[in-house]
Amino acid sequence: MLSPAIMRSNALSPMQSSGTTAASTTSLSVLPDAAKLVFRGKTEAIEAAGAHFGVKPSLEACRFAAVGGRSVYWLGPDEWLFQAVNENPIEVFGGMSAALQGQACSLVDVSHRSDGIAVAGPTAALVLNHGCPLDLSLKAFPVGMCTRTVLGKASLLLSRSEEHVFHVDVWRSFAPYVWQFLDEARSLS
Amino acid sequence: MLLINCPYCGPRPEAEFANGGQAHIARPADPMSLTDDEWAAYLYMRDNTKGLHHERWRHANGCGRFFNASRDTTTDVIKRTYRMGERPEAEHQGAKP
Ligand SMILES: [Zn+2]
Repeated sequence: MLSPAIMRSNALSPMQSSGTTAASTTSLSVLPDAAKLVFRGKTEAIEAAGAHFGVKPSLEACRFAAVGGRSVYWLGPDEWLFQAVNENPIEVFGGMSAALQGQACSLVDVSHRSDGIAVAGPTAALVLNHGCPLDLSLKAFPVGMCTRTVLGKASLLLSRSEEHVFHVDVWRSFAPYVWQFLDEARSLS
Repeated sequence: MLLINCPYCGPRPEAEFANGGQAHIARPADPMSLTDDEWAAYLYMRDNTKGLHHERWRHANGCGRFFNASRDTTTDVIKRTYRMGERPEAEHQGAKP
């Protein structure tokens, strides 16, 4: 288990103040750090995990569920991401793994792997489409949808929390690139 | 951009997928009983189909799952995608399954 002494800084913290000055209707902001656990297992285990976490995981493909600062993202037919904003990863992981004792599943703490960006504004979908080939219309990508996809050269988890608000969860080493990509895109649109 | 129908996520852009080569190649149950030529054939020899070809794809930047696709190699049209463990549809079995 990771020592609490090992702290890390958000890979995006230097980016926040370095945006373009171009007027844009789309805003970029760094999302708060969160505890993030990747779960893989069958139905019985995911139900137990959801009951402990306090959020019922979606069994439907490409959907997330949220209660307060806690959310569960469908990643694959047997794979979910549990996210708890501003919570201690060690405590969240400890509680989850205790609740899953005896279940056939895997649980991995990936809290330090990725950082989050909120892309908000009436042209947020257009900005994302500069590098993401998905159809981001409300019909094809409704509020409550999430999926791993690509943006430019990076792989990331994209979700839509409101009509005009998307969240991007991207691995640390790609985070500055994605931020700059989106920042440039929003200055063009 | 070409759309590929992931059996889990639905139609998605080609850029999210990775090709995994010919499908339905079973690993020999007892490799030790094979000759070197037979083992080499299992490892390396693949069909070079002109027409309908059953192959593996992975939704690498999506759900991450492998699945199968029946693709026409002359037109690049994917006739059908289906999950691992399933067989190609009878109407598409003209080519080697
Ligand atoms: Zn998929």
